[in-house]
Amino acid sequence: MSSNQYKERSNVMRIIFIVVSVIFIVRLAFLQIFDNTYRQLADQQALRIVTQYPARGLIYDRNGDLLVYNEAVYDLMVIPRMVKNLDTNLFCQAMGITTDEFLSKMEKARRYSPFTASVFMKQISKEEYGSWQNYLYRFHGFFVQQRTLRVYDKPIAAHVLGYVGEVNEKDIESDYYYRQGDYIGKSGLEKSYEKILRGIKGKNIMQVDVHNREIGPYLGGAHDTMAVEGDNLYTTIDATLQEYAEGLMANKRGCIVAIEPSTGEVLTLVSAPCYDPNLLVGRQRGENYMTLLQDIRKPLFNRALQAQYPPGSIFKVAQAMTALSLGVISPGQGFVCDKVIGCHGHPSARSVQEAIKMSCNPYFYYTYRRIIQQGKYKNIYKDSQYGLMVWHDYMQRFGFGTRLGIDLPDVKSGNIPDTAYYNRWYGREKWAFSTIYSNSIGQGEVEVVPLQMANLACIVANRGFFYTPHLVRYYGPDSTRNEEFYQKHETGIDPSYFEIAARGMYDVVHVGGGTAHKANIPDIDVCGKTGTAQNIGKDHSVFIAFAPKDNPKIAVAVYVENAGAGGSWAAPIASLVIEKYIRGEVTRKDFERMYRETNPCQPLPLTRVAKKKK
Amino acid sequence: MENKLDWVTLLLYFVILFFGWLNIYAACYDEAHAAVFDFSTRHGKQLIWIGISLVIALVITLTEARVFSSMAYIIYLVVLVLLVVTLFVATVIKGGQSWIVIGSFRLQPSEFAKFATALALSKYMSAPDIDYKSLRTKVIAWTFVLIPALLTLLQHDTGSALVFAAFLFPLFREGMSPKILIFGLVAVVLFVMALLVNQFILIGALAVIAVLYLFVWLNKRTRKHYLYALGLFLACSLFTLSVDFVFEHVLESHQRDRIYVLLGKTEDTHGTGYNVHQSKIAIGSGGLHGKGFLNGTITKADFVPEQETDFIFCTVGEEWGFIGSSVVIVLYVLLLLRIIRLAERQYSRFTRFYGYAVASILFVHFFINIGMVLGLLPVIGIPLPFFSYGGSSLMAFTMLLFIFLRQDQERTKTIL
Repeated sequence: MSSNQYKERSNVMRIIFIVVSVIFIVRLAFLQIFDNTYRQLADQQALRIVTQYPARGLIYDRNGDLLVYNEAVYDLMVIPRMVKNLDTNLFCQAMGITTDEFLSKMEKARRYSPFTASVFMKQISKEEYGSWQNYLYRFHGFFVQQRTLRVYDKPIAAHVLGYVGEVNEKDIESDYYYRQGDYIGKSGLEKSYEKILRGIKGKNIMQVDVHNREIGPYLGGAHDTMAVEGDNLYTTIDATLQEYAEGLMANKRGCIVAIEPSTGEVLTLVSAPCYDPNLLVGRQRGENYMTLLQDIRKPLFNRALQAQYPPGSIFKVAQAMTALSLGVISPGQGFVCDKVIGCHGHPSARSVQEAIKMSCNPYFYYTYRRIIQQGKYKNIYKDSQYGLMVWHDYMQRFGFGTRLGIDLPDVKSGNIPDTAYYNRWYGREKWAFSTIYSNSIGQGEVEVVPLQMANLACIVANRGFFYTPHLVRYYGPDSTRNEEFYQKHETGIDPSYFEIAARGMYDVVHVGGGTAHKANIPDIDVCGKTGTAQNIGKDHSVFIAFAPKDNPKIAVAVYVENAGAGGSWAAPIASLVIEKYIRGEVTRKDFERMYRETNPCQPLPLTRVAKKKK
Repeated sequence: MENKLDWVTLLLYFVILFFGWLNIYAACYDEAHAAVFDFSTRHGKQLIWIGISLVIALVITLTEARVFSSMAYIIYLVVLVLLVVTLFVATVIKGGQSWIVIGSFRLQPSEFAKFATALALSKYMSAPDIDYKSLRTKVIAWTFVLIPALLTLLQHDTGSALVFAAFLFPLFREGMSPKILIFGLVAVVLFVMALLVNQFILIGALAVIAVLYLFVWLNKRTRKHYLYALGLFLACSLFTLSVDFVFEHVLESHQRDRIYVLLGKTEDTHGTGYNVHQSKIAIGSGGLHGKGFLNGTITKADFVPEQETDFIFCTVGEEWGFIGSSVVIVLYVLLLLRIIRLAERQYSRFTRFYGYAVASILFVHFFINIGMVLGLLPVIGIPLPFFSYGGSSLMAFTMLLFIFLRQDQERTKTIL
């Protein structure tokens, strides 16, 4: 068959077919298997995830009064590419913005993405939304998303509750939960209980068509989830007392911490100056925040947890207990007030109880010397080193020099120097009691935060133990408790010694020659201890107290910055707080008015550093 | 003894037909019209077309095979007349005027022109005294192809016109010089290169190749080879220089844009490039297994225009994934290889030529359609045989294939 001479050319055809199909399959592999950008693009354009934001958990006080709740607001969202035939005039009028604002907002949204929704206007109130809700259908490409904002009926406890703000890049990176524009607790309980309060977001995955119209749930809603509301917090705060205490501190700088000794429940936590928590909510938040931040009185600084002051004389109570426990002094021990260090005029103390009552500086100088130099080693340096180790251990049992595990963020530990600290400072075996004796009266290297001082009052009130101070009793529908807060922390010191301390503190308030007769409340046995913490500027006025002496209901620590001696300001304020709590009513009206209305604090700025800043 | 119809081809035909219909069903699926026999929908209508096509197939298999070879010229003339008539009475649909509309019935004569030309050219090329080497034969053969091609082009149906290039392959099989295929390939490469690279750099590169050709690849430096190299170089250079002109003045603007998008010179995913971009998203999002039948989000949401016709392969890509898409490609290749195999076992030159024409036409459709959908070729709207929605194309392809199967069945009888 001569006409079939090109038969082998059929192979050329076969090769072409096979080569082409191999090219196609390779191309398919690249599109479908090796490159997953198309999958993302497809989901991006064909699916719309509508997030259901859960309402944040509510916060109650110890009596069931609502402290924080939510209010619905609306975010106006826009998908720039969808905006068509917009009546800009009507739109701007309805929204109350200028054309320029409109253009810049649109540009911003477009830069973010023309195809996905971004926030056009934030936190529109229910009333405002209502005013143009009926026009919304005419603004193609715009829709609203409901969000919730925090509302505070009483403007109190800002430092305890904290505030909520938009997440930053770090939050988004560290927790998969958050998306741009979400809210997160930034401080206070809002921060430490964020995971409990925030709830669980729900989502509806909708399929959208090429015109961005929803055509139904994706896979019949198989991947949709419901939003679950955040759990409520039931706090230990007594709103009435908190409000009262804030009123007392309104024109002052300082703080008040009140704790129920038998449970460790914080009744009141005030850091003055206070601010209205409503300031840090809503569209004015940023502006208000900057104002608060720039205030030289530092209202955002939570003094109760973060201010590390020298404790002053109140520290002497812990020294007396330590010395008694170590057996280096006996309850009847007397020391002559020989002015080995400065003291005020008073007779020499003949017992521990008297020493506490009179707050004798030389007495505690000698007491501290017996703690530090116990004579275990011949070498005075080694002996001091050993003594300090023992002392440091005791101080930690009182909760000093460690972070108390309170359920608020950023609590400071204060400072109780240990041997390593002094070795670093002076060098090994180059320091002894004579170098460090200032610690005995709560000066020197010792620093504590007010919370630790209130806790000291609790320890004495309990005669030797404490529960970690905390602000939340339980949360959620199952009343979940944090078991850590129900664990007793023992100091390991005999309760009978604490009874001596309690009697001494009773005398401080009730007996002539005591330093805090201003804390005296008729018919209530208040036990207290004054302190006067030296520092740059006028002394801080410090006072700790608990009452009643037997079966105490409340322990308080009060700091008033740059106000002078402990007995003059901190003590009367503490007594007012105690009376208010125990009696529900303050009977000493003139007394109350005087200490509420006068501002004893030396005005700021006190230091050169502060002046330089200006 | 009567042979049977080739069951392998039949099986492939039915599998492709069925899978094609499933994907049309998915492409135009919406819950309100989910019934299979809802004839207001495209998947419902396609069922009618499938029914008619099967009737046509049956009629063909009952007809004597030699009827088709003897009627070849008549069929060809009838189709040519239809094409001319179309030019005058056509309704413009999607920018082309290749449709005759009678009531609700629309006919696209250019679809039928392919098999008619295949028949006529087979008939001409199988005449006993034909000699492909003679110029006269070449001219007449190409005239058979070019007349319907030009008429289709006049209907602004560039894609269908391009399909007539398929006849290069049967002619090649019967003795056409392979140089024509090679020149064609070189021309395409040069065309693309000329658009991507500066012309003078390209001509410089051609000069280097010409010199290399003389000094490295050939040791016989005769005058003939010098002239040969020079001639080729000049021809290529001229071609390169003319690309710009052709591109700017011969092609239409949308064709220019489509080529630019393909070459990545313009990034336009919302205008000209929208179709291919969406097509790639649909296919690419299918992954290995696909999203499952009726679960294609892109398909359901009508992101890809023309999805049940020219872009039907997107549905396969999205809902059946890499596995399903590869299976479809393999099915087509098996069909094409089978037809070549059948063609090669013919005793009749008519049937062999016709078989090659069938395989080539199907191949060009397959190549251009899937190449386009995968973003490898510019957008040229022609259907995927047996797969895309459309009555005319399905009927025409069914005729094309079954006439060949019928010829093959009677191969022993038709020895000439």
